[in-house]
Amino acid sequence: MDFSLSEEHKMAQKMVRDFAQKEVAPVIKEYDRKQEPIPWVLERMGELGILGICFPVKYGGQGMDYISLGLACEELEAVDTTLRVAMSVHTGLCGMTIFQWGTEKQKQEFLVPLAKGEKIGCGAFTEPGMGSDVAGMRTSAKRDSDVYILNGEKMWISLASKADLALVTAVTNPEAKRPSQRLSSFVVDLHSPGVTRGDLHGKLGVRAGSTGWINFQDVKVPVENRIGEEGEGFKITMSAFDSGRYTVGSGATGLVRAALEASVKYAKDRSAFGKPISEYQMIQQKIAKMLQDYEIARLLYLQVGWMKNEGRRSTLQTSYCKKFATEASFEAAHEAIQIHGAYGFSDEYDVERYLRNSRGAIIYEGSSEIQNIIQAGYALGERKDTPLRREMPAYDEKEWQG
Amino acid sequence: MKIVACIKQVPDSAAKVVAQDGQVSWGDAPLVINPWDEFAVEAALQQKEAHGGEVIAVSMGGESAKEALKHALAMGCDSAILVSDPALAGVDTQGTAKVLAAAIQKVGGVDLAFFGRQAIDGDAGITPAQTARVLGWPMLGLSAVIKVDGGKVTVERSIEEGRQTVSAEAPAVLSVVKDFGEPRYPSFMGIRKASRADIPAWTLADLGISAPAPVVAWPELMNPPSREVACEFITGGSPAEIAEKLADKIIAEKVL
Repeated sequence: MDFSLSEEHKMAQKMVRDFAQKEVAPVIKEYDRKQEPIPWVLERMGELGILGICFPVKYGGQGMDYISLGLACEELEAVDTTLRVAMSVHTGLCGMTIFQWGTEKQKQEFLVPLAKGEKIGCGAFTEPGMGSDVAGMRTSAKRDSDVYILNGEKMWISLASKADLALVTAVTNPEAKRPSQRLSSFVVDLHSPGVTRGDLHGKLGVRAGSTGWINFQDVKVPVENRIGEEGEGFKITMSAFDSGRYTVGSGATGLVRAALEASVKYAKDRSAFGKPISEYQMIQQKIAKMLQDYEIARLLYLQVGWMKNEGRRSTLQTSYCKKFATEASFEAAHEAIQIHGAYGFSDEYDVERYLRNSRGAIIYEGSSEIQNIIQAGYALGERKDTPLRREMPAYDEKEWQG
Repeated sequence: MKIVACIKQVPDSAAKVVAQDGQVSWGDAPLVINPWDEFAVEAALQQKEAHGGEVIAVSMGGESAKEALKHALAMGCDSAILVSDPALAGVDTQGTAKVLAAAIQKVGGVDLAFFGRQAIDGDAGITPAQTARVLGWPMLGLSAVIKVDGGKVTVERSIEEGRQTVSAEAPAVLSVVKDFGEPRYPSFMGIRKASRADIPAWTLADLGISAPAPVVAWPELMNPPSREVACEFITGGSPAEIAEKLADKIIAEKVL
């Protein structure tokens, strides 16, 4: 068993780190305070290839593997969660789902511009009255000859107001026996007539991110834009979460690291009762816990990246990774504030932003409670991975870089 | 156009340097490409993009310097050469210049050799000029804007008094300053190419020269004297009162 990263991984990691540290770190506080997205950031991430890091070159991507995606997410969220959120919704939920389930024609039409960063994508599943209960969604898509007519509202959608395309799951067959068979998935052009959207403000965290709503009023979606077959929407949405949760978990690992690094630096600089606070065991205990959590979270996401590279289903391992890392990041940020004392409570330091940013990920892309249900389902034998009609392609270096 | 970018591997700029028993110690700082040399690589790549040709990154150093060369490859250099020889340990800038000049001559047909303005470890800043001297080429130092037209190289030098335009016939040595513009990040394609690159290592025998004897020695190294800093908080009932106390203090301490 080899736990080392390849030279290629290390160089990709450094490149993403340099970008985030040099370009985003100096301005993030200002945009977070203003509750505005950094206007140039998505374009820049596209131009540098970060948004398309894990897609084959023939689909406009950079031909790197799934581990590189995780490493990039860790580096991005170590600077700010909003950067990683872009990877989760654009690359994870939208791009990777089209890569897994789309036809060759759909990949050429939708995935190529997403991978190149020429178009921005998002995933639209959650509704004002539904989150975890995916089968309970109400947005409808009614077939009318060669189009579907889409009606309904999606909410808490990251990049809702910035994206060009959305992967939308909607009810196509309300009469289906099993609720999960009621749904189908579509790539929707968000510039279509009948689409209105806007941003939500007043969020606890991810304030430099765009989170919003999308309303569909008799929006015509061509039949060619349906991803998979009718009735496969539930499975497709779950696949989207397998990709998205991986980016959330690997990103949250970066947030643990950021809290740890800030705590170590502050604890060495700050003195109390005549010596640096890093020399007190109660501070050391907090730092040791952050370090352990960082290592555990990192190993969990690297395992998922490896499984994805091998073409193995990783729903359960992704669930561990997402739940553990997001909860650990909240804990780490909370303790980092404690170590910083009153300064930690002020936005003069970064740790209060880490705490606010960490909280959302314990809810979105499958709350911790949903992750527990998934994990218990596997443990109790009630849940098994049955083969999918389209599995996430394994990483094939030769083919992806050809 | 055939372009060489000379680069050095140095301790990370965040590393803390201390003098220990007359030796420089960087602790266990990570080693990186000299940040100034990234500007040299950027300038070299821009010339290649404008006029065609190839960029060859050259570094003198130990085996680990291949990492810095890989960074240059990942930025877009076409090939890389390491010059490495145990006899080069402790070599000074003049010796380095002799070795780099020999490497540039061995590459052959080089039109332009780019350097960063200085290396952040030794901070001497004279290796580019010394290399130009050994090669017998003109030296265009501290270049901020570079134009190549036929065989003529014109640069705007960024100097304290402002800008100075100078020109020379190629082949020439150029050193590049920060004003040139931000160096690019390695691309993912470049990273893949670099991670698979086989970087040849040339020895002094390959270059056909003997180990240059150092002409400059470092007999002593010392840390700067430590300063005693005391911090005092000036408090008061109102900003005006605090300002008044502060002003009195500044005058009493003869700061002004």
